[in-house]
Order: sequence, then structure tokens, then C-alpha cells
Amino acid sequence: MGHEYKDYSKESCPSVKNILLLDSEGKRVAVKYFSDDWPTHSAKLAFEKSVFAKTLKTNARSEVEITMFDGYVVVYKFVHDLHFFVTAGDDENELILASVLQGFCDAVGLLLRNDVEKRTALENLDLILLCIDEIVDGGIILETDANTIAGKVAANAVDGAVPFSEQTITQALATAREHLARSLLK
Amino acid sequence: MAEPLVKKDDDRDDEDYSPFMGIEKGAVLQEARVFNDPQLDARRCSQVITKLLYLLNQGETFTKIEATEVFFAVTKLFQSKDTGLRRMVYLMIKELSPSADEVIIVTSSLMKDMNSKTDMYRANAIRVLCRITDGTLLTQIERYLKQAIVDKNPVVASAALVSGIHLLQTNPEIVKRWSNEVQEAVQSRAALVQFHALALLHQIRQNDRLAVSKLVTSLTRGSVRSPLAQCLLIRYTSQVIRESSVNTQTGERPFLDFLESCLRHKAEMVILEAARAITELSGVTSRELTPAITVLQLFLSSSKPVLRFAAVRTLNKVAMTHPLAVTNCNIDMESLISDQNRSIATLAITTLLKTGNESSVDRLMKQITNFMSDIADEFKIVVVEAIRSLCLKFPLKYRSLMNFLSSILREEGGFEYKKAIVDSIVILIKDIPEAKEGGLFHLCEFIEDCEFTYLSTQILHFLGNEGPKTSDPSKYIRYIYNRVILENATIRASAVSTLAKFGALIDSLKPRIFVLLRRCLYDSDDEVRDRATLYLNMLGGDGLVGETDKDVKEFLFGSLDVPLVNLETSLRNYEASEEPFDISTVPKEVKSQPHAEKKAPGKKPSGLGAPSSGPTSAGDAFEKLLSAIPEFSGFGKLFKSSAPVELTEAETEYAVNVVKHIYDGHVVFQYNCTNTIPEQLLENVTVFVDASEAEEFSEVASKPLKTLPYDSPGQSFVAFEKPEGVPAVGKFSNLLKFIVKEVDPSMGEADEEGVEDEYQLEDFEVVSADYMLKVGVSNFKHAWDNMGADCERVDEYGLGVRESLAEAVSAVINILGMQACEGTDVVPSNARSHTSLLSGVFIGNVKVLARISFGIDGPKQVAMKLAVRSEDQAVSDAIHEIVASG
Repeated sequence: MGHEYKDYSKESCPSVKNILLLDSEGKRVAVKYFSDDWPTHSAKLAFEKSVFAKTLKTNARSEVEITMFDGYVVVYKFVHDLHFFVTAGDDENELILASVLQGFCDAVGLLLRNDVEKRTALENLDLILLCIDEIVDGGIILETDANTIAGKVAANAVDGAVPFSEQTITQALATAREHLARSLLK
Repeated sequence: MAEPLVKKDDDRDDEDYSPFMGIEKGAVLQEARVFNDPQLDARRCSQVITKLLYLLNQGETFTKIEATEVFFAVTKLFQSKDTGLRRMVYLMIKELSPSADEVIIVTSSLMKDMNSKTDMYRANAIRVLCRITDGTLLTQIERYLKQAIVDKNPVVASAALVSGIHLLQTNPEIVKRWSNEVQEAVQSRAALVQFHALALLHQIRQNDRLAVSKLVTSLTRGSVRSPLAQCLLIRYTSQVIRESSVNTQTGERPFLDFLESCLRHKAEMVILEAARAITELSGVTSRELTPAITVLQLFLSSSKPVLRFAAVRTLNKVAMTHPLAVTNCNIDMESLISDQNRSIATLAITTLLKTGNESSVDRLMKQITNFMSDIADEFKIVVVEAIRSLCLKFPLKYRSLMNFLSSILREEGGFEYKKAIVDSIVILIKDIPEAKEGGLFHLCEFIEDCEFTYLSTQILHFLGNEGPKTSDPSKYIRYIYNRVILENATIRASAVSTLAKFGALIDSLKPRIFVLLRRCLYDSDDEVRDRATLYLNMLGGDGLVGETDKDVKEFLFGSLDVPLVNLETSLRNYEASEEPFDISTVPKEVKSQPHAEKKAPGKKPSGLGAPSSGPTSAGDAFEKLLSAIPEFSGFGKLFKSSAPVELTEAETEYAVNVVKHIYDGHVVFQYNCTNTIPEQLLENVTVFVDASEAEEFSEVASKPLKTLPYDSPGQSFVAFEKPEGVPAVGKFSNLLKFIVKEVDPSMGEADEEGVEDEYQLEDFEVVSADYMLKVGVSNFKHAWDNMGADCERVDEYGLGVRESLAEAVSAVINILGMQACEGTDVVPSNARSHTSLLSGVFIGNVKVLARISFGIDGPKQVAMKLAVRSEDQAVSDAIHEIVASG
């Protein structure tokens, strides 16, 4: 289901080519491409495979890590068995990308109540997909602040919602319970 | 509800558990029927959508029918008031990217949401609608979008602005009408709204230099709140700086103070953006660089890998042009060699290799040797290339660098890595005469145990050319003959050719070579036997001296003077007949390669595998097109067709470019016209050419274009006569004249009545380069020596102050319009002098070779010495004439 994407040049807006969330074996949890650089499914899989292999042996747990290959800059971070990636063209400002990645990681952390692992992520796949949708639109950065992103996804309303990080323990438990109940194959 | 596929047992395998286990497309599509229930279960529907999205995300595809069914079912869900479900519906619609007639179904629902009281609905409905809409629908919702841009809710405003950025690509004329609202949004207090508004405003105005300059001027004074917006502003500022000139009185660059102030911004991304912008200023001075280098140096010792990477990558680039400016960072850089992140370590090493001085080479090499064992091939290649340029910079150090290359050549490694090393050794051998014997010896050692056929054959070929010229050629024979004994047929055949070259050049070795070649006559492979037989005959071993010594050498060492692709095409077209294939009929024109190639970093064609050309066939198409037009059929053979020259700016009503076709006594201008206005049909499109500034040309024919409908390009031609065989030059101004008829785009019918109109096109020139065909030779030196100095002309020229040596070299090559051979159009960074080898065919089919030596001194004064050889003294003089007047 492809859209037409324009690759924005350096002259213009910072742009993201893809956001990937893979598991510890390199399999997809959720991915979103914003570029025609990988026109086919197999081209996408090949890219994921190579980015996973190139980063696997690095330690990207405490700090956001970075690598460059095939003309792309990739920033990445690992949390438990989840590998988060954000890719852009090699002339992109690395720190802008890092802020997108950090926003993504932290928002997922907030949405999953810090239970950031593959199983929980799959059980709440709807939240993860909405989260990506709120971070980047067609390659253009929409939002990088984790609280705002998580707030937009979870509160299901942008106005009048309690900021996600400021919910009380009771509220948090209530939401958590509800999320448990949403478990897909119940 | 469905039974859980996996029971939540305690002893299940945690690793493999997935809520989607066993999920299957057919079953989920069945489940999607719940969307049609009169009583919608919002949670259940959400789950089904999630499953559908999961399938799509895993690469599953829906057939057209399936997608349509899902889409129609999903549209039913707009009835539900559940906000969570609505979000999933939006997501699903975007993923399905419905067709135009499907879009109509959801338009009203989405427009309702766009005007809802819930901001979340509004923001998302805008994004969905703009993603799936087409131009006609856009005019209906334009009013709402304009309002949304200035909405007090930042999420709504951002949604509209970002959608505007996307829509500008497809419907620029509509989005451009929103300027006022966008301008207002630039003043927004919300950080991201400001960022999105600024991005859109710039894109709307990007073709208007003055407007961009004004925008930058006003914003650099005011306060931009968001770091992202500040980064944009820095990019736009660099653009303005690039397009404006340095103040000649004070030597100050406009806006430099703004960039410097950004180096003190609190957000690191802004500091980086500004530092990078400063380092990339054209002709940046060391004084301008200093503050940027200082902040980057601080980043080098940051705890964040991303920051270290960004800094070292930027400094690495600076080191190519201003190595001295970066030397201050060398200590920090050396500590990065042991960085956990190997990308950072590699960049640090290559930077040090660029900034290091002669005395530090040995110490550096020691550090690198340890480092090489634990990095991936792709990084090793980068290091090898850096070492190669270091060696060219410090030729006295060739011994330790060559030793390093030979030691890594012996270690494990993939093809690309080994090829990079071999290429480097070859280049060093070519450039540093003292390194030749040692280098050849390393290569001989390498092919004793080389698993790559390609590299072995390339090295054998190289050995055949260089080996006989060494002090003791006989010592190479053993290595070469070992290949005949031990290797596969391809390598054996190359080895036979190499032996023959030794035999042809060194009489004392001839008898021994004959013995070896005769043994090859019994080889199991026919190619090897054929070559051995051929060479034995040629070298006269069996007494069949049929050719002169010169012919033998020509055959063995001469280069193929036609591009391989052309030869291949000609051979394909050749039909077996009485008449033998004649190689002289193969066209020699080298078509320029399409520039659309994706950049592959670090893969410059150099060394062994350097392709001299990569032609494709476009000229044939032109030739056919033109000879089919009776007015031009008498002009004879088409000599050359230029690349298209744009005569209009991008995004104008009519797009026109011109291709110049050169004949011996005529030129034909082919105007390729495109009408970009759907509401218009153009008829009788003619180009009126004013050739008053092209005295030697006189118009002989004009062929108008009958009709030019929207978006289907057509051609109009104008032909001129010029003196036979003379490279006449001149300037032509052009006016497009036509009859406009209004078209109703929905009906596609044009009005009966039309109006005459005209449209000014830009001028273009016929220049000397138009009379030059780019024809490469693969062995320049050989071609040069063969041409002889009979019609040589040498002269020296001062080129004045130029931006850089590379810029001067490419300017001269462009003026001459000749093909650069052996990669000599690429100037190594830091070079103070450079020699370019050019070849071409001038009108009248005269072969031309040029050797140009460039030199640059401190204040960027460039001088060059141009030596031209050709088959005709008049042509040699004409080439000098081009330079003297260019």
C-alpha cells in the first residue's frame, strides 16, 4: 500500500526515511517507511536485516547509538528485547534524528508502563502504531516530546487530557488494567 | 469471541509467545464482517483493525477486491462514537490508500470530523483527508484547511501545515494561496507549529530568492522558539549566503554573525546545525572556521555517541579542505580510535590520516594495525582509501605505507576490501616510481594465493604492462607461469597474454617464453590454446612472421578505441553475410551516463577496474527522428546531439528545453515543449529565433508543432545553415509563439476559437564544445605517443583567481567538451597541482588529445599548460583558440 513520497532535500525540512521496531531476532514488531528508497517488500526486509546485523553486537542500551551505511544514517536504541531504529539520508542532522528516536522510545515506555518488551508491545500493537503515526507524517517530524506523543495516543483526545506523566497512580492502574483487558485474542 | 489460540499456561515458551500467533489473512477478513453489525462492538472492531494492520505490517498484501471490501466495511465504523476506534479507522484508511472513487465515500464523514468539536478528530481527519485527496476535492476543503492553519490548537494547526507541505508537491497552485495564513502561523507561540509553518512557507517561496532572503532577514532578528525551527532557519540562511556575495569592502559575509550566535544556542542540535553550516560555507576561511571547530571539539569528548559521531564526521569533512584547522583536535581524535562505536573510530582514523604530518605517519600506522583486526570490511575499505591518499601526499613514506597495504592484503577479507587494497597498490605504483618494484612484488605474492579470479586477471594484465619495464623482468615469469599451472581457465588465459607481452618487449626472454607458450598449446581449455597459438604466430616463434614488430605491439598493448557497449550493439545488429564485420563502423561516441545513479559512498572508479565510459544509446534515436523529417534529410550525417538545455525555469506554464543537433554544414535546434496547464491546448507552436548575435548562422527551415495538449510533450524544430566544417559559435534568443485554446478539463474538448500568444524563452549559445564528441581512450599514454608531435601545440595560460583547483579543472574540461580519461577529472583534495588527460573527436572527425597541467598557488591563482595533439594542425590551434577565448 504505497504512497507517493518526496525526498526532501537538505535545503528543506529534516526528513525521516523509516521508523523500525524489531525484536531481538530482527523480526518486525512494527515498521513504517516514508521513502520510496525501498520500493518492494523484499527490499524493505533486506534493509531491516542488514541494519539489524550491523547493530546487533553494539551496546545501545544506555545511550542512543548511531551508524552510517549505504548512504543512510541510522540511530538506534535497544530496550529489553526490542530494537528501535530511525533512518534518514546521510546528510541529516544526527541530533534531530536522535530526538525523534528518543521521543519514540520514551513514548513507547510511557504507553507500555515501562514494561517495554516484545510481548507487551505486540499486545498493545494498536498503541505502537498510533504512536508512530503521531511522531512522523509522510517523513516530516510531527512531534518529538514523549509525553505529548503518549498523551495524544492514550488519551484519545488532544484537549483537556491529563498529561500522561502526571496521572495519578490510581489512574495509571486503571488504564493498565484496561490495557490488559484489551489483550487481543481474549 | 474467538477462542484464544494459545492458552496462557505458565510453562509456555515465553520467547515465542505472540498474540498474533497463527494469524491468517482469510480468517481475519472473515472477522472483519463485524464492521457491518448493526450493534457495533467498538473494542472488537478495534482488535480486528489491529489484526489487519498487523498483517499489512508483516508484508501481507490484500488483493484489489479484498482491499475494497475492507475499505467499505471500515467506512461503516464512522457510525461509532468510540474515539479509540475512530483513531484506528483513520490509520486503516491511510494504510489502504483508497482509489479516487472510494475516497468520495469517506469524504463527507471526514469533512464532518474536520469540523467536529473534538480537536483530536479535527487534526487526524485533516491528515487523512489530505493524504488521500486529489486536486478537485482539495478546492472544496481549502477553506477549512486555511482556518485550521491558524487554529488555536497547535495539533490542529500542525496537522494542516504538514499536510500543506505534502500537498505542495501535487497541488502547488492551491497551497500557494495559503501564504497569509502560513505567515501568521510562523509567529505561533507553539514550538512545532512554528517549525511546520516555517518549513511550508519556505517551500512556497523557494523559487523566489528575494522572498527567502527577506524571510531569513526578519527571522534571524526575531526569536524562533523551537530548536527544530532554528535548524531550518540555519539551513535557509546558508542558502541565502550561498546565493549572495561577500561584501567586498569589509570582507564580511552576511549572516555569519547569526550562524556564530547559534553556536551558543542551548540546544545541541542547533549548535551542530550551525557548526556544520559554517564548515560548509563556500571558500570558508580559517578565521570563520575557528569558532565552529571549537564547539565540535567539545562534542568529541561527549558521553553521547551520537554527538561524538556528528562531530567527528563534520571534522572529517573539514579535514579534506582545511587539514590545518582540524589539527587542534588531534589529541581528542586519537582517543576516539578506541571508541566502542566503530563508525566513530573509523572516522577518527581517517581524519587523522588526513591531518597528520609526515613525522606522525609511522606512529599512526602502528595504531591502525591494531585497529584493523576488529572492524568490518566496509570500514577497512575507508581506511585503505585514506592510506592511499596519505601515501600520495607523502611519497617519501611509501615504504611503510606499502608494507602496511601488503600485510593487510595477506589477511582475511572479502572481495571489495581486497580490490580496494589492490587498486591502491596499483595507483601507488603508477604515481611513485620508486614503489614500483616492491609493489609489483607484493601483487605477485598476492596472486599466488588469491581466491578472486577477477583480481588475479586484472593483476596479470597490469603485470604484463609494467613488468617488462622493470630492471629484472625475468623474476616475474615464475609467478606468471605458476598461474598457468595452477589456476582456472580464465586466469590461465590472462597469464598466457601476460607471458606474450614479456616476450614481445624483451628479446632476451623470447626463447624461454616460447617454450612456456608451446606448453600451453596442450591446455584443456580452448581459449587458452587459441591465445597461445595466436601469440606464438605473432611473435614469430614458428617462423610465420607476417606482421611487423610495431603491429605486434599495437595488437598486444593497443587499446580498443571503441566503447564496449557500442561494440556490443553493433555485433548484435550484425547479420551473418558475405561481408565481414568491420570494427571501423562501430560508433565511437560516448554517451554520458545518466546522473540519476544513487550515490554509493567511497566507490570512485579508480585503479584497475576504472571504466573509461558507460555509454547508452540516445543518439541513434535522435538520428532516426531527424532523418524522418524531409526538411533535414539532406543535411548529411548527424555529428553530435547536445544534452538538453533548459530554456524555462522550473514550475512555469510551459516547460521548454532545447537539444542542439550539429551537422557538418547545419545545426538543428530541437525544442522540446511541455504544456503544464490542463485548461489549455496550444496549436501551431513555433519558435522564433533571433540569430543576430550568431553572424555565421542563417535560418533555412522551421518546423512548427501542430498541437500541444496538456502534459504530452512535443517538438518544434528550427534549422540553420553555417559554414561547412567550421565550429561557428553564437548566441540565440528565442520566442515561443502559439495559438491558445481554452479546454474544459472535465470534457477534454477545446474551444473553436483560439488566441495568439507568445512566451519569452531564455537565450542559449552554440559553443565550441558542441563541435566536440566525448570519445574516451582507455590508454591515454599509448594514444598520445601514437598520435605523435607532428601537429602538437603547447601553450601556457593564466586562469586568474579560482575558487579551487577542482573547480578550475572542471571548468576547463567543460569548455573543451572533451572526455576525461583515466579518472583525471577528479582532483584529489589538497592537491596543489593536477594533470588532466582529455580526448575527443572534433567536427570533421578529427581525433584530438589534450594534456593539461594545472597548478595553484597561495592566493588561488591558477595557471595551466595545455598541450594538444591532433591529426590536423588547424584543429590543434582551434582547441587553443577555445581556451584563449573562453
